[in-house]
Amino acid sequence: MKILVPVKQVPDTATQVKVGQDARQIETGGITWIISPYDEFAVEEALRIKEKRGEGEVVVVSLGPDRVKEALRSALAMGADRAIHVNDPAFNEADTLLTARVLAAVIKQEAPALVIVGRQAIDDDMGAVPAQLAELLGWPSLYWVMEAAIDAGGRTIRAGRQVEGGLEVFEAPLPCVLTAQKGLNEPRYPTLKGIMGAKKKEIKDLRADDLGVAPESAQLSIVRLETLPPRPPGRIIGGDVREAAHELVRALREEAKAI
Amino acid sequence: MPNAFWCVVEDDRAGHPKKVMAEVLAEAARLSGGRAEAVWLTDRAEPDGLRRLAEWGAGKIWLVEHPGLAPYRGEVWAPVVAGLVAAQAPRAILGAVTSRQREFLARLAARLGVGFAADVVGLAMDGDRLVATRPVYAGKLLARVAWARPPWIATLRPNVFKPADPVAGREPQIERPTVTVPDGALRLAERREEVSTGLPELSEAELVVSGGRGLKGPENFVILERLAAVIGAAVGASRAAVDAGWRPHRFQIGQTGRTISPKLYLGFGISGAIQHLAGMRTSKLIVAVNKDPEAPIFKIADYGIVGDLFEVVPALTEEFKKLLGK
Amino acid sequence: MRVELTEEQEMIRAMAREFADKEIRPIAADIDRGARFPQETVRRMGALGLLGMTIPPVWGGSGADAVSYAVAVEEIAKACASHAVVMSVNNSLFCEPVHKHGTEEQKKRFLVPFASGARIGCFALTEPQAGSDATNQATLAVRDGDHYVVNGRKLFVTNGREAAAALVFCQTDRALGHHGISALLIEKGTPGFGVPRVEDKLGLRASDTAEFVFEDCRVPVGNRLAGEGMGFKIAMGALDGGRIGIAAQAVGIAAGAWELALAYARERKSFGVPIGQHQMVQWMLADMATAIDAARLLTLKAAWLKDAGQPFGTVAAMAKLFAAETAMKVATDAVQVHGGYGYITDYPVERYFRDAKITQIYEGTSQIQKLVIARAVLGEA
Repeated sequence: MKILVPVKQVPDTATQVKVGQDARQIETGGITWIISPYDEFAVEEALRIKEKRGEGEVVVVSLGPDRVKEALRSALAMGADRAIHVNDPAFNEADTLLTARVLAAVIKQEAPALVIVGRQAIDDDMGAVPAQLAELLGWPSLYWVMEAAIDAGGRTIRAGRQVEGGLEVFEAPLPCVLTAQKGLNEPRYPTLKGIMGAKKKEIKDLRADDLGVAPESAQLSIVRLETLPPRPPGRIIGGDVREAAHELVRALREEAKAI
Repeated sequence: MPNAFWCVVEDDRAGHPKKVMAEVLAEAARLSGGRAEAVWLTDRAEPDGLRRLAEWGAGKIWLVEHPGLAPYRGEVWAPVVAGLVAAQAPRAILGAVTSRQREFLARLAARLGVGFAADVVGLAMDGDRLVATRPVYAGKLLARVAWARPPWIATLRPNVFKPADPVAGREPQIERPTVTVPDGALRLAERREEVSTGLPELSEAELVVSGGRGLKGPENFVILERLAAVIGAAVGASRAAVDAGWRPHRFQIGQTGRTISPKLYLGFGISGAIQHLAGMRTSKLIVAVNKDPEAPIFKIADYGIVGDLFEVVPALTEEFKKLLGK
Repeated sequence: MRVELTEEQEMIRAMAREFADKEIRPIAADIDRGARFPQETVRRMGALGLLGMTIPPVWGGSGADAVSYAVAVEEIAKACASHAVVMSVNNSLFCEPVHKHGTEEQKKRFLVPFASGARIGCFALTEPQAGSDATNQATLAVRDGDHYVVNGRKLFVTNGREAAAALVFCQTDRALGHHGISALLIEKGTPGFGVPRVEDKLGLRASDTAEFVFEDCRVPVGNRLAGEGMGFKIAMGALDGGRIGIAAQAVGIAAGAWELALAYARERKSFGVPIGQHQMVQWMLADMATAIDAARLLTLKAAWLKDAGQPFGTVAAMAKLFAAETAMKVATDAVQVHGGYGYITDYPVERYFRDAKITQIYEGTSQIQKLVIARAVLGEA
C-alpha cells in the first residue's frame, strides 16, 4: 500500500517572526525551520500503517524553495521511503487552492491508496489544503482524525474524527484523505540509523512543467502583514488573597463588565 | 441590488442553530447592507430553530433537509451547496470556526475555484472588495487577505463578532430548493459521545477557566471546575497539563489545541508559553494567577494576581458566588 | 577551513536536543534528587542509536562519526549530565575498545548488544591505590588452564551496577609492571564477581558509580581483549576517545548552566531593570559565552582529528582540560547570577554546579591532562 504524506516546512514556534520589507511576507533570515508539527503526526501514522501491514511505501511531498529539502530529509530520517520536492518559483506565492492543485497533480502521478496530511500548518494556520485536495481528486475526506485502522485487504479505512462533543467513526473506501489531529499518535524521533540512511534515499525534484499545472494567480492573497496592536498594560492586584480576590471580582464586574 | 451574503448554519444536531450563528449573521448583514441569508443543510430543522435564524437576521433561509446530510460529509455537502451557489450567485459565504465548517468551506471553495480564508477575526469592505483579518504565525502577526473574485468564502472565529439584538417574532422566509443529495462514500460506523462535563464547550464558551503545570496534578482540576461551574465557564488546559496526561487533548488551548477568543479568560498556574498564547491571545479580557511574578502571561494579562492558585481559586470562587448570589 | 556541521550532523544535533528537552529535562531534577538511574530514558537512547554511535551498523552501532558523537553528548549533557556520562562510558570506554580490539566472536557477544543499547557496559580501571596512577594495578588474573582466576577490587566504576558486562583491567604478570596488564571482558553474574556498594555522590547522582569485588572469579581466556599485556595500551587508547566524550559533556554542562543564567538575567529585575542590564552581570555572561565557544571548538577539533584518522590524543586532552575548567567556572558564575535562588534546589542551576565538578576529576584529572599535554609539547610522549 502506497501512502502519500504532504508536509510543509514552517518557522519553529519559538522563532521570532518579523514582517518583511514588502509587508506581504515575513523576513526569512535567521529563522529556524521545522516540519509543521501536525505533519509529523501524519508521517508517523503513515509509518505505523506501513509497519503494521508489513508492506507498503511512504512517500513525502513538499512545495517550496531549496531549504524545504531539510524538511523532506527529516521525514526520510523518520522512516519515509522517498520524497518529492516541487521546487518551482512559479509557486512561490501559491495560496491553498494552487497548493492543492499541485499536490493533486503529484497524487495523480503517484496513485497512492491513502493521503494523510496534518490538520493545518502552523504558519498560516489555514488548514484548507487537505479538504481542497480531496475535492479536486473527488475523494472522501476525514478531518481531525484521532484514530485510524485499515482493513486487512487494504480496501477500506475506519477512522474517527474529532467533533465538538465526541468522536465520529466512519468507514471509507480507499483512496481517501485523512487529516492528522494531535492525539492520533506520538511521533517518533528519527534514529541515528534513520538519519544516516536518509541521504541515500531519493528526493525527486519536480517543476510546474513536469506536473502539467499552470501557475495561476492566487485566489486569496495577502494584502498586508501587521504586528499585533499592543495590549493596554495590565494591572497586578496586590494585597492578601481575600482582598485581591475581592478586588479582582469587583474590577471584572465594574471596570471590565465581563461578568 | 448586490447579491446576498450567505451564512452556513452550524447546528446542535438536534434542529437548532448554535448561537455563534447570531454573530455570523450579524456580520453578514452589516457587510451586505442587510442582505444576510442562511443556508442550512441538515437532517432536521425545528420550527423554533428556523425562527431563531430569522430573529438573528437571516432575511431568507435556504433549507435543505435530508437524512443524507447528517452527519456532515464533505463529499456530500459540497456538490449540494455548489449547485445552489451556481443558481443564486451569493457574494460571500461565511461560516463559523468549527471543525466541520473549516473543512466544508475549504472544500466548497476548491469546488468553486475561489479563495478561502479560515479563522477570520475581522472583516471590512474596501470599496468593492472584502478584506479579512486573520492571525498567522501562532498569533504573532495579523494578515489582511483579499479574494480575487466572489464568492468570498471564510470561517469566522466565535466570540469575536458582535451579534445584533434579535428581532423577536420575525417570521422566517424559508426557501426549500430542489436538490439532489448524492450518496457519498463515507459511512458512519459509530459515534462516541464525550462524558458531558455540564460546562460549556471550549471553543464557543464566553468564559474560560484554564489550568497549567501549576495545578500540580490531575486531581486538582476539580477546584477549577468548581469555579467554572459558578460563573458558567468552560475549563481548558495548557499543553504542559495535557502532555502530562492530566487532561484529555480536547481541552488543550494553544497551537496544537483549540484556539479560543472568549470574553474572559482566567489562567491559573500557566506560565504563558508561546504555544499557549497562540490559542488565547485574542481573548478580550485576560486574567492570570501565577506564583511567579516573572511568568510571561502577565505581559498580556489585563489583571494579574501573584500568588498561590490553591489559595486564590477558592477565594475567587467565594467572591463570585457572593456576586452572583449563588 | 570550514567550521560548520554537515546537514547530517545538524540533524543528529536536532534529534538529540529534542529528545533531551522533551524526555530527559523534565525528569532530570527528580532522578538527581532520588539518585535514581534513568532506565527508561537510557533504554530509549539505545533504541535511537545514541549508545553505540561510532560503531559500524554491522556491529549494532550507528556508524556515525566522532563529531556527531561530540555534538550529541553535548546536547544530552545540556539537559542532564548523568545521562551524558552513561552515554559517554558505553560509547567510548566500552564499545570502542571492544570494536577496535575484539575478535569476531567477542564482537558478537560483547559489541552487538551493547552498541545497540540493549545492554550497557562499563570500564573498570581505578582501584583504591590506583587512580591517576593507573599503572599501579593490584587486581590479579592468574591463568588456570583455559581460565583466569581474578581477585581484587575496582572503585568508582561508572554504570557499574546497571552494566551487563565490564571491561576489567588486571595484572596477568606483575613482574612486567604496566606491560603486564591485560583487559578482560567479564559478565555480570559470573561467580565471584560482586558489586558490594554504590557510591552516594555530590553530582551525577542519577548515574551509578559502583565498587566491584572479584573473589576467585573464573573468566574464560577467550574473554581477554587482545594479547596478554596489551591492557594498559587498550585503556589509554580508550581514554583518549573518552576524553572527547567527557569534554563534550563538560561543554554541555557549561552551555546548559549558561542558558539558565541568561534566561534568569533577562527576567530577574533589580534596581528597576533586568539584571542582564547591569555591567557586572553582562561581563560574566560574556566571559561564559566566550569560554563555552572556545571549549566547544577545541572539542570538535579533537573529534574532527579522530575522524580524519590523525593523532588526536593531545588535542583531546586539551579539550577535556579546557572544557572541564570551563564547566566549573561557568556553572559557578551561573549560580552567582542567580544569587540566592541559585543555591536552592527549586532552581535547576545548582545541579549543573554539582555535576560540573566531576569533569575536572574523572577520566584523568585536570592535572593529569596538563601532564599529558606537557609531555606532548616537550616531545616526551
